Amino acid sequence: MKRQKFVEPTNPFDLISDEIIFSILDLLSSNPIDLKSFSIACKSFYSIEAKHRKILKPLRSEHLPSVLKRYTQLSHLDFSLSPRVTDGSLAIISKACNSKLRSLDLSTSKFFSATGLLSLATNCTNLVEIDLSNATELRDAAAVALAKAKNLEKLWLGRCKLITDMGIGCIAVGCTKLRFISLKWCMSVGDLGVGLIAVKCEQIRSLDLSYTQITEKCLPSILKLKYLEDLVLEGCFGIDDDCLAVIGYGCKSLKKLDVSSCPNISPIGLSSLTRATASIQQLTLAYGSPVTLALANSLKNLSMLQSVKLDGCVITYDGLKAIGNCCVSLSELSLSKCVGVTDEGLSSIVKKHKDLKKLDITCCRKITDLSISNLTNSCTGLTSLKMESCSLVSKEGFILIGRGCHLLEELDLTDNEIDNEGLRSLSRCSKLSILKLGICLNLNDEGLGHIGRCCSKLLELDLYRCAGVTDFGLLSIIHGCPDLEMINIAYCRDITNTSFSSLHKCSRLKTIEARGCPLITSSGLAAAVVGCKLLRRLDLKKCCNVDDAGMIPLVHYSQNLRQINLSYSSVTDLGLLSLASLSGLQHLTVLHTNRLTPSGVAAALLANSSLTKVKLHALFQALLPERLLKHLEVRGCTFEWREKIFQAELDPKCWKMQLEEEMQIAL
Amino acid sequence: MDPEDSLCSSEVWTKSSSFPNNNIQQPAQKWADASILDYAMEQPFQEFEERTESKASLSCNPNQQIEILDKDSNQMNAALLASKIQDWDPRAMLNNLSFLEQKIHQLQELVHLIVGRRSQVFGRPDELVVQQQQLITADLTSIIVQLISTAGSLLPSVKHNLSAAIPAGGQLEQLDQVLFVSGPGTDNGGVQSQHGDGTKLPELPTQVDGSSKCWKEQNMTVEEQESKDEEDADENENLPPGSYEILQLEKEEILAPHTHFCAICGKGFKRDANLRMHMRGHGDEYKTAAALAKPNKEMGSETMLIKRYSCPFTGCKRNKDHKKFQPLKTILCVKNHYKRTHCDKSFTCSKCNSKKFSVIADLKTHEKHCGKDKWLCSCGTTFSRKDKLFGHIALFQGHTPAIPLDESKGAVMSCDRGERYETTNKLGNINFSFGSVASGGSSVETIGDAKGGVDDPLSYFSPLNFDSCNFGGFHEFPRPPFENTDNAFSFLIPASSNYTQKSGAESSS
Repeated sequence: MKRQKFVEPTNPFDLISDEIIFSILDLLSSNPIDLKSFSIACKSFYSIEAKHRKILKPLRSEHLPSVLKRYTQLSHLDFSLSPRVTDGSLAIISKACNSKLRSLDLSTSKFFSATGLLSLATNCTNLVEIDLSNATELRDAAAVALAKAKNLEKLWLGRCKLITDMGIGCIAVGCTKLRFISLKWCMSVGDLGVGLIAVKCEQIRSLDLSYTQITEKCLPSILKLKYLEDLVLEGCFGIDDDCLAVIGYGCKSLKKLDVSSCPNISPIGLSSLTRATASIQQLTLAYGSPVTLALANSLKNLSMLQSVKLDGCVITYDGLKAIGNCCVSLSELSLSKCVGVTDEGLSSIVKKHKDLKKLDITCCRKITDLSISNLTNSCTGLTSLKMESCSLVSKEGFILIGRGCHLLEELDLTDNEIDNEGLRSLSRCSKLSILKLGICLNLNDEGLGHIGRCCSKLLELDLYRCAGVTDFGLLSIIHGCPDLEMINIAYCRDITNTSFSSLHKCSRLKTIEARGCPLITSSGLAAAVVGCKLLRRLDLKKCCNVDDAGMIPLVHYSQNLRQINLSYSSVTDLGLLSLASLSGLQHLTVLHTNRLTPSGVAAALLANSSLTKVKLHALFQALLPERLLKHLEVRGCTFEWREKIFQAELDPKCWKMQLEEEMQIAL
Repeated sequence: MDPEDSLCSSEVWTKSSSFPNNNIQQPAQKWADASILDYAMEQPFQEFEERTESKASLSCNPNQQIEILDKDSNQMNAALLASKIQDWDPRAMLNNLSFLEQKIHQLQELVHLIVGRRSQVFGRPDELVVQQQQLITADLTSIIVQLISTAGSLLPSVKHNLSAAIPAGGQLEQLDQVLFVSGPGTDNGGVQSQHGDGTKLPELPTQVDGSSKCWKEQNMTVEEQESKDEEDADENENLPPGSYEILQLEKEEILAPHTHFCAICGKGFKRDANLRMHMRGHGDEYKTAAALAKPNKEMGSETMLIKRYSCPFTGCKRNKDHKKFQPLKTILCVKNHYKRTHCDKSFTCSKCNSKKFSVIADLKTHEKHCGKDKWLCSCGTTFSRKDKLFGHIALFQGHTPAIPLDESKGAVMSCDRGERYETTNKLGNINFSFGSVASGGSSVETIGDAKGGVDDPLSYFSPLNFDSCNFGGFHEFPRPPFENTDNAFSFLIPASSNYTQKSGAESSS
């Protein structure tokens, strides 16, 4: 063999054109580690991968110069994993990528300023997208710099609290090609800045003005935008009826309108608004004024309406019925946490709109089997049903759902009376991908067996506090649903290593929540993570038998881990330090782990340079050197100091009773 | 009259007489000059009147005379008449009346002449008689009109109505028509006979027509002229070219600090009123009401020329040779325009030390608001209100809001400070982490062993460099600044431009 290889040293891949390898590489994108493995196979692969890569998520901005030298074709840079991006880094990027760079995500990064943005805007002339959300330190000077990016089309400025109208005005004048802009939580932005955006940036398609200080004055110019499709006015307290009355003309292109949490808009104001925006298809009125007949009548003009979201509103029967009558064809209805939704109202609407695809009746506590039976008889095409805490729906109701709605893909039955029979009926929904069964105390392994057998497409399963679930139930799910991406077995106290270790069969798992499973040990974790290379979130809180021995395989196999919770576990300094090998770990929560020493925590924190959020007991704040904390903060890490007292775990049923008692008190 | 004044102004006026649109006939040339001189130099009216008298006797053509005076104000807007009503001035009234008197005298002479001719040549065709009659009627009519308007101005309350309704719109228009109709049939010979001194006028009808127009115009200008001084320099007046006289002052003259000089002691003044006040000190003859009165007012009806000014700067839009010439309205406009546009801005605001002005009044206006106008546009315009700025920006292409310098500086400064702070922070941390290495040394080793099986070349904390994990911590720390001069500079110079150096240092560390 060796000799033969020696005779023909040519790489068979040399015969394949780069384009073919490129298309192979495109198929490798699910796990970032795969591309890495590919590139370190040989020199030619290394260079091919370097040539092909367009998207890069750097872990450390310190290595940018060499990384950018290697990857010359980058068009999208995502810094969501490197909390510290300085002006220097941005200058390097702007020099290395110059006109090739099209998209940049700095939404979770800090420490850059106007200077860096200026070099970026001047050198990267083809920059089309930039996400500056959460850059709370940026001032107008940064906006001035940004305005130099003439080709910018998408801009996120969420929570840029210090940018004022002046800065926004500069952006409006400079970036005239803008199509999307989000100014959510830009508390210093008002009518003038937004008005100027509307005047200068004619191409705007999407405008998010949530929680800004705008009033009526900018609305007329916004509604004059010819291409505006999506307008979000959530939480704009300045908009009231008086100003809406002024709006005379309409925006014909508008498709989505969100006026949720605008307490000063009454049905009168809404009707003048809807008159101006007759073409909308999606309307969100969540947390607004009561849905009465008057309000429903104000929606009469909206004949194109397909989706209505009324979350958190007080609803009358007349109102709901009138909404059902005025909309020609509703495909999505959200009544989550609405007070006043009755069987009568819901039945009237579901009977009329047989094409309903998505329904959210979370916490509509007056709903009974009657509505469910009407729903399942009428809306057989339902794909999404969220009915958390519909406590009056009996066991039989869920059997009806399984019988009627075969096309369900998403089903939220958290805190309901569903039992094994219901699950058996639901197992007919073979397309089911998201199933939430949290706090459903009437079901056990038998029911899960039905799901495991039939719902092979399941991606997410929530079994939070399902006390009846044991190893058998989880095993049947693991065997039946190999595509599982998220599993929540929190407080399923009977689950042991036996089933947990077989989680390695679900190789796509991204999230494992195994809170409060005391029977899971390190060996079980070690066996589970062997197959979970894509794991991002792991919650092992109160898994008191997990210790350092579990951490080492975890960091070895699950290199993509971003979040970990190790509170109440038996991890020591050693285990915490070993987490340092996780190059992308961002969130770390370690509370009530009495085996940790301050120096061990300090070493772990120092070693883990990608950390952005650490939750520690308040004791450590005093024990850790102040200089260390400052250094970590400079690296981009924030701390949350908690002072919760140690809580003993309750029995699930006790827990639920306690919860109900608390709710009674709250009501 | 001030000799110096007259000297300088006569220079100007002679220049003005050579304007292309100055189509005055030769005999009238002097007249024009004289009248302009009068007006501009604020010569007492009596003098002018005298000259008029003497000249009139020479030329013996009243129509022509009037026309000369009016030559440029032919096309006056009737609407102007109504709007330009000033307070009643007995002096102007007196002028009007004496003018009328003179006019009647002339007409009387003319009629005398006709009577004389008639007695000589008896057997003439009737048309001529008719024509002569018409001519006299025209003259008479105009006198009547003048009389009415004068009477109108006597009564301030009815003045407006009268001037607006009677002469301009209705009657005179008809009068014009009458004259035009009669025009073509006029026999030249007969007309010639009117001019006893033999001055040959080529076409009488136009003359007559012109004269009547003159009258009409005169009415207006009488009133219009009075308000002229107070008028703002409205840039958008639409005077057709040629309807006004263009005057051009020289640069030195524009920039001269004083324009009025005392004839006796030579002291200069900016305002003519100040000069007159000053003159009182030179003797009792300057203390009379006539001497102290504003000369402008006296000239009243006689100066009918509208004057517009040209900027001496070649190529300027305000220069008369410019294709789209826009005249300046008053001498003050000329001065301000010239200073603003063609002079250095030598006055700097003492508050902001950045804004400069060439006209001191502008500076004062600015200083009044300086500091209050915090809303700034990229074009340099400041606004006291934010919404005004945004309205301005919305209106103009390419203008952007300008972030006040101190704010942007502050931002840069603060970020710089942050950077410095960080670095010092890091430096401080070196010490600390040395300590931590020493303390946690043993545990680090054991972990290194435990993680021996982990093999990932690209991970930053692979077992191999885990020993150096604390050194890994050093990766964050830049070299101490004194190690590298560049770095040291990046500390010392807070300028934002050297971040590249800084970044270089960062990457190399």
